[in-house]
Amino acid sequence: MTVTAVRKDTNALTLTLDAEFDAPPERVWQLWSDPRQLERWWGPPTYPATVTSHDFRTGGRVEYHMTGPEGDQPHGFWEITEADTPRRLAFRDGFANAYGTPNTELPLNDVEVTIEPIGGGRTRMSILSRFPDVAAMEQLLGMGMEEGLKEAVGQIDDILAESRVRA
Amino acid sequence: MFGALADATRRDIVRRAIDGEEGVADLASHYPMSFAAVQKHVAILERAGLVSKERIGRRKVVRTNIAGLLAARRLLDRYEELWRGRIDRMTALVAAMPDKEEPDR
Repeated sequence: MTVTAVRKDTNALTLTLDAEFDAPPERVWQLWSDPRQLERWWGPPTYPATVTSHDFRTGGRVEYHMTGPEGDQPHGFWEITEADTPRRLAFRDGFANAYGTPNTELPLNDVEVTIEPIGGGRTRMSILSRFPDVAAMEQLLGMGMEEGLKEAVGQIDDILAESRVRA
Repeated sequence: MFGALADATRRDIVRRAIDGEEGVADLASHYPMSFAAVQKHVAILERAGLVSKERIGRRKVVRTNIAGLLAARRLLDRYEELWRGRIDRMTALVAAMPDKEEPDR
């Protein structure tokens, strides 16, 4: 298990994951900076990613599409706000139409990646994913609001509990 | 401002606002901070869709959006799943290509 901690903050709408790799930071950075490697992990096996444009620097842009089992091809893009090799990467991940033009009707997800050596040739990577608002989240997942209120109240203490940190 | 204390305060505001009986001034009386600071926390929660302000007669109360909270939680769960899958694939890739050299393009 390489994921060492997960923190979900329902009030701030953030998700943080820490993971450790048995490799130096430069190697972990390549997972992001090399488009051929990026393609091999970004999309799930049922939706492999193809990177079509990869201007990997601060102010640069990455464009990609994924190919689904029915041949559907959702397009996406990153606007890179910070690329500090091999330490820090920040980008906004958004949806695009078939020509790579941003779809402004769908929300953006802010992602911050921090990569640091932890000794012994190992590296910790921390990923912070931030969402703008709940309406945007619903839109991203296409989910409805018809959750039963009674059930909701039953779950509220759990939801409001201190953010869990687990291995 | 947005450290652990702010986080705990916002969590507490969301908890108190489930009843939807208190306005911002009432909420502010519970915390050792200025009205303006509490108002700011409420505004952040409101923007996120986690609470809303409702008019009851002549009063304006803050009410927790429970469906919104649940939706947020479910989305975060889904994203955790997504990222765990990505990190598994990253780990496999690093194991398969441990070399630091730039691979052939």
